[in-house]
Amino acid sequence: MTPARTNPAMAALRNRVWLVTLSALIALFVINWILQPNLVTPNVLKSNLTVFLPVVLVAIGQSYVILGGDIDLSVGSIVALVNVVTVSVIAALGGGVPAIFAGIGAGILTGVACGLVNGLLIAGLRFQAIVTTFATGIIFGGLALRILPTAGLPVPAEYWRTYGGAVLGLPVVLWVLILALVIIAIIARRPFIKHLSAVGGLRQAAFQSGLPVARIRILAYVLAGLFAAFASLCLTGETASGDPLMGRLLALSSISAVVLGGAALAGGSGSAFGAVLGALVLGMIGNVIFFARFPFEYQTLIQGLITLLALAGGVLVARR
Amino acid sequence: MNRLRSTLTDPLVLATLSILVLLAAGEALSPGFARGDQIVRLLVVSAILGLVAAGQSLVVIGGREGIDLSVGASISLGAVLAGNVMAGQDGSIFLAVLVAGGATFLIGLINGLGVTMLRIPPLVMTLGMTGVVQGALIVISRGIPSGNAAPALMAFVNRPLVFGLPGILILWALVGVLMWVLLRRTRLGYAIYAIGSNERAAELTGLPVRAIRTLLYGLSGLFAGLTGVIVIGYTGNSFVSVGDQYVLPSVIAVVIGGISLAGGQGNYFGAMLGAIALTLLTSVLTTLQLEFWGRQLIFGAVLLMLMLLYGRAGRLRA
Repeated sequence: MTPARTNPAMAALRNRVWLVTLSALIALFVINWILQPNLVTPNVLKSNLTVFLPVVLVAIGQSYVILGGDIDLSVGSIVALVNVVTVSVIAALGGGVPAIFAGIGAGILTGVACGLVNGLLIAGLRFQAIVTTFATGIIFGGLALRILPTAGLPVPAEYWRTYGGAVLGLPVVLWVLILALVIIAIIARRPFIKHLSAVGGLRQAAFQSGLPVARIRILAYVLAGLFAAFASLCLTGETASGDPLMGRLLALSSISAVVLGGAALAGGSGSAFGAVLGALVLGMIGNVIFFARFPFEYQTLIQGLITLLALAGGVLVARR
Repeated sequence: MNRLRSTLTDPLVLATLSILVLLAAGEALSPGFARGDQIVRLLVVSAILGLVAAGQSLVVIGGREGIDLSVGASISLGAVLAGNVMAGQDGSIFLAVLVAGGATFLIGLINGLGVTMLRIPPLVMTLGMTGVVQGALIVISRGIPSGNAAPALMAFVNRPLVFGLPGILILWALVGVLMWVLLRRTRLGYAIYAIGSNERAAELTGLPVRAIRTLLYGLSGLFAGLTGVIVIGYTGNSFVSVGDQYVLPSVIAVVIGGISLAGGQGNYFGAMLGAIALTLLTSVLTTLQLEFWGRQLIFGAVLLMLMLLYGRAGRLRA
C-alpha cells in the first residue's frame, strides 16, 4: 500500500521474512541449549519435535488459507473430529492393522470433507470467513462429541508404537516433518500457489484476469482440512486415544505461527515454510521460558509478552 | 416483491423477527418461557453480552478489519481486579469500577497503539494481548478464584430496581442511548463512520485517524472491564477465565445486528438486538433438553443460516 522506499537491503528482506524467523529460531535454539545442556540428544530432540509437530502441521494448512486472504478458525475442531472418527473406525473394525489403515483413511477423508464444507460456504456462497469458520467449528466440535462423548477408546499398540518408533534409523515424527516439507515444496512449485497469492492480494484483479477465484480458495480450505487431519493423526499417535476436545487451542496458535512466519493476514504474502518456522519459534519460546526457571506463576505472562513482541516484530519486518 | 425482500433481509427486522420466533418457540417448548420474570432474567444475560458488544461495535465500525479478541481477557481482568478491590464491601464499589475500567481502558489503548502506530493487524494484536493479560491474571490471582462481589453490586445486577427491572437493564438502556448519541449526534461519531468506510478520504479531510482508532480500542477495553464488574456482580465471584466465553459471541452479536465486519456501517441498536437474539437462542436450545452436541449443531447451523441471509460478500464482477 505504502510506496516502497527503495532500500535494496530492506526490499530483499521483505521477500525473505522467513530468514528473520529462521534467525530467531536459531537464537532460541542456542539459548535453549545453554539452559538445557542435554537438548541436543536424540531423545530430547525427538520429544520436542513430537510436541511441536501438531502445531507445525496445522499452521501449514492455515498458511494456505491466509495466503488466499481468508482465515480458518475451525481447524482445532477438525483435529478433534478427525481424531474421534479415526479411533472409532479402528475400534469398529476390530483394531487390526487393516483397521488402522482404514481409520487413518477415514480420518483424512473427514479432514478433507470439513475443509470442503468451509471452502464451499466461504468461496462458493461468499460467507464471511471469521464467523463462518467459527460456526462450522462449533458444528464439527458438536459432531465429535456425538461420535465420542467422553475421552477414551484407546488405539491399538501398533499405532502409537509405530508413531513413537523409528524407520530406517530416523524417528517417525522426523519422517512426518520431512514428508510435510516435501509436500509444501511440491505445492510451492505449482502455479496454484501464485494464483492463490494473487487471489489473496488483489481478488478483484485476479478475477478479472480470469482466475477461477472460488475454486482456488476452496482448494486452500481443503488443504487446511487435510493438514489438520495430519496433525490429528499425529496427536492420536501421541495420546494413543480418542478425545472429542482435542486441539482446542490449535486454531489460534496456528494463526500466530503463520504471522510469525511472515504472512500478512490481509493475504497475498507469506509461505507455508515460514509457517513451519513460526510454529517452531512458538514452541521454542515455551521451552526457553520453562528452562529459564522463572517463577511458575510468571511463565504465562512472560510467554505472552514475548509472543506479542515476536508477532509485532514479524509484522514490522514483513512490511518494511 | 423486491421491497418485501429487502425489508425481510434488513438485519434489524431479521434480528427482531428472530427474537419473536425464538420467544414463541421457547414458550411452545416450555410454557412459562416467555413470562415476564423469565424475560427479565434473559435480558440480564443479554445485557452482559450487550455491554461487551458495545465496545466490539465501535472497533468493528472503525474499520481496517477492526476486531477485538482481547475483550474476554479484559472481562476476566476487570472481574478479578474489581473482586479484589471490593472484597465484598459496598463502600469500595466505586473504587473497584475505577480500577477495573482504568486498567482495561489502558490495555485497550495499547491495542490501539499497536494497530495504528505499528500497524499490526487487529486480529493479531488483540490475540497477542490476550496472552499477555491472561498471564498477568495468573500473576495477580495465582490461578485460584479470588475476590468477592459487594452485596449492593449483586443487587444491582440481580434484583429489581425500578418497574421490576434490575439496575443493569437501566444501565444497558442508558449505554444504548449514549452509543446512539455518540455515533449519530457527535462529530466524533461521524468521524468513526468516516474512518471506517474510507480511511484515505477521512485522512485527507484532516481527521486524526490514528487517535480516533486508538480511542476506539481503548473504549472497547473499557466496556470489557465494566462488563467484568457486572459479571462478578452476576456470579458473586470471579476466576481467571470467566471472560473467555464472551469473545466470539460479542463478534457474532455485532454481525447479527447488521454491523459489517468490513467497517463503516451499522449501529449499536442492531448489536443490542443481536445480543438478545443470541442469548435467546442459547436459552431455547437449553430448554430443548438436547444433549450438548445437539445444541452445538443447531447453534452452528443457525449462525450459518444468518450468514446466508445477510452476511454475504458481493459477487466479483468482471
